[in-house]
Amino acid sequence: MAGVGGGNDFQWCFSQVKGAIDEDVAEADIISTVEFNYSGELLATGDKGGRVVIFQREQESKNRPLSRGEYNVYSTFQSHEPEFDYLKSLEIEEKINKIRWLPQQNAAHFLLSTNDKTIKLWKISERDKRAEGYNLKDEDGRLRDPFRITSLRVPVLMPMDLMVEASPRRIFANAHTYHINSISVNSDYETYLSADDLRINLWHLEITDRSFNIVDIKPANMEELTEVITAAECHPHQCNVFVYSSSKGTIRLCDMRAAALCDRHSKFFEEPEDPSSRSFFSEIISSISDVKFSHSGRYMMTRDYLSVKVWDLNMENRPVETYQVHEYLRSKLCSLYENDCIFDKFECCWNGSDSAIMTGSYNNFFRMFDRNTRRDITLEASRESSKPRAMLKPRKVCTGGKRKKDEISVDSLDFNKKILHTAWHPKENVIAVAATNNLYIFQDKMN
Amino acid sequence: MINTMECAVDAQSLISISLRKIHNSRTQRGGIKLHKNLLVSYVLRNARQVYMNEKYAEIYRMQQYEEVMTVCNEIQELNPLDLAEDCEDQTADCCGSASESASLCGALLPAVGHQTSPAAQHIQPASACSVPLALQSEEVCKAAPEPSFYRSCCAEAYPVSNCDFSPVNNMHCNKTTVLDLDTHVVTTVENGYLHQDCCASLQQCCQGAQSPAKKRKLDFGYYVSEIEEAPDFTPCKRAKFEDSSYAITEPLDTSNISNLISIFGSGFSGLVSRQADLEQALNGQFCSKQALASLGAWTRAIVAF
Repeated sequence: MAGVGGGNDFQWCFSQVKGAIDEDVAEADIISTVEFNYSGELLATGDKGGRVVIFQREQESKNRPLSRGEYNVYSTFQSHEPEFDYLKSLEIEEKINKIRWLPQQNAAHFLLSTNDKTIKLWKISERDKRAEGYNLKDEDGRLRDPFRITSLRVPVLMPMDLMVEASPRRIFANAHTYHINSISVNSDYETYLSADDLRINLWHLEITDRSFNIVDIKPANMEELTEVITAAECHPHQCNVFVYSSSKGTIRLCDMRAAALCDRHSKFFEEPEDPSSRSFFSEIISSISDVKFSHSGRYMMTRDYLSVKVWDLNMENRPVETYQVHEYLRSKLCSLYENDCIFDKFECCWNGSDSAIMTGSYNNFFRMFDRNTRRDITLEASRESSKPRAMLKPRKVCTGGKRKKDEISVDSLDFNKKILHTAWHPKENVIAVAATNNLYIFQDKMN
Repeated sequence: MINTMECAVDAQSLISISLRKIHNSRTQRGGIKLHKNLLVSYVLRNARQVYMNEKYAEIYRMQQYEEVMTVCNEIQELNPLDLAEDCEDQTADCCGSASESASLCGALLPAVGHQTSPAAQHIQPASACSVPLALQSEEVCKAAPEPSFYRSCCAEAYPVSNCDFSPVNNMHCNKTTVLDLDTHVVTTVENGYLHQDCCASLQQCCQGAQSPAKKRKLDFGYYVSEIEEAPDFTPCKRAKFEDSSYAITEPLDTSNISNLISIFGSGFSGLVSRQADLEQALNGQFCSKQALASLGAWTRAIVAF
């Protein structure tokens, strides 16, 4: 596969793995979202227990040449707690559905994290100095008797061990009746959108007590419901444009300048269904689970159950590229329906130069597609191949006939080991792959 | 045409699996997942479609077989010469018009083919009957999955004739029955009036008619069971589904709505009671008590079947 900068093939090597080695996985530890920040210096993960863990990349230094930009824990905090809606007798899960970073504007870092109902803006800041020499209180904090103070002094800042604090700066609540599936920061860095099954709201980052509803596909009579919103994203450069995908496999691009309510789309992207491939599960496998704009803003990528499609924003009637992720599963849809795997929502991501795309699969496999050479590769995130700087061996699934050596047959795939969340460093060939409760970080050998 | 070959699980078990999923989703943490339940309802609809088509095809084949056997038996006992004579006599008596009788008689056998051809339609596999399934003595329309079959169009209760079709009576009766072996259309001439239908089984007064009807009732009876307590489900809004050729002309009696077809005929709506507070319902307390009861009933019914 051509690398960033062209010419060379990627050679992915194991770098790190984070998380417990235990076979017994606690539900709360299952990673539910992974996101690099704009510079790639920070990597955030959210899990089903409502926790956010942020990793920071080590500065490469002469002292430690071997730790080439390793990611270490920077901050851990409890973002969301389980809640109970007493009116509706409904428990609200604390699972973090999405994390989105804000661009850095000062020393602190800001991110948005959301569960099914509430979005929170977190400020992550460092404290490495402490004021000492207060007049009115002792070093341990006890108040001094004012009559005992005979002289005044100016407190001085003394260095202390680095402390990273996370504090919730804004809480955006009570705006979504249905389950939030997406948040996306706008390119104006002032607003962001949040989408649930039927509605999309536009928020201002400073204002928590109101949001503006821009899309509402809830029918007057719920019995007429035929599709729901599955993902939404703001355009990376045009702050008036956003897209949202539906469970019917369609994508709508909306322009907020056209109308206050964007129920009517500006562009409608849909690929006609192939009638010969119709099955009981056609509707399920055509449902889009993720939509991502390319960094250039010219293309967007959608993920449905079996494939990834790249769309040119200027062409609505079909995608420009289609990549089959695991076509061998098409004959297994019945069992995948029975065990609920068919409802898994895979995400997808672009590399920094938009020349490659990546998405996950089962058996801890993940797939990469080079858009220029049209070559693809299947890799595995496993502890077995987790020796430092060990090169990852390409994997292959045997679809029928004689199974070659090193191939794995479809029936041997472990459907409990699924890679739903992956992230690609915005500038370098570093990828983060979430495999259940473990986070794998791989780097290109050239790095 | 849904390709059912890809999986060994038949439509019926898909229906029960889907209902179980919907039922389980009510107790899942985090509340009902609208997206997932919508997708499950699509699978339910598709499975129901295939199941009904298979059922119709099976019934049609069975009925055809019975018709053919019945008529063949009768024909064997008839003297072909007597048949033509009777025909002429009857038409002359009843119609009183020579030309009409001649044309009528002549039209009986060879013209049957012509007369049925306009009625013959190419049936799309997904088409279904235009009559609700909860039928007792009414004729069930048969939508044949293959183009070579002709759709029967009988939609009203066929009056059981007083006249026996026994060979003895037939000689003295005003009825003549002819089976066209090409079109499988059974033609009867009764008192000079031409009837055409392919539901010959119902013309048999007692014995034959009972068993197919009974069998149909058995087959679809489980739809009917235990769901009378859900009168709120409406059969409307079929038109938007591509599979639906339920051109239901008469409003369905709410008590007859208690069947899977009409409930899921309006897609996802079949799972939500109209009276429920929908906003609340879909977010938490999914169904009203009625829908709850009926959901359980469906599960019980399907499992029982």
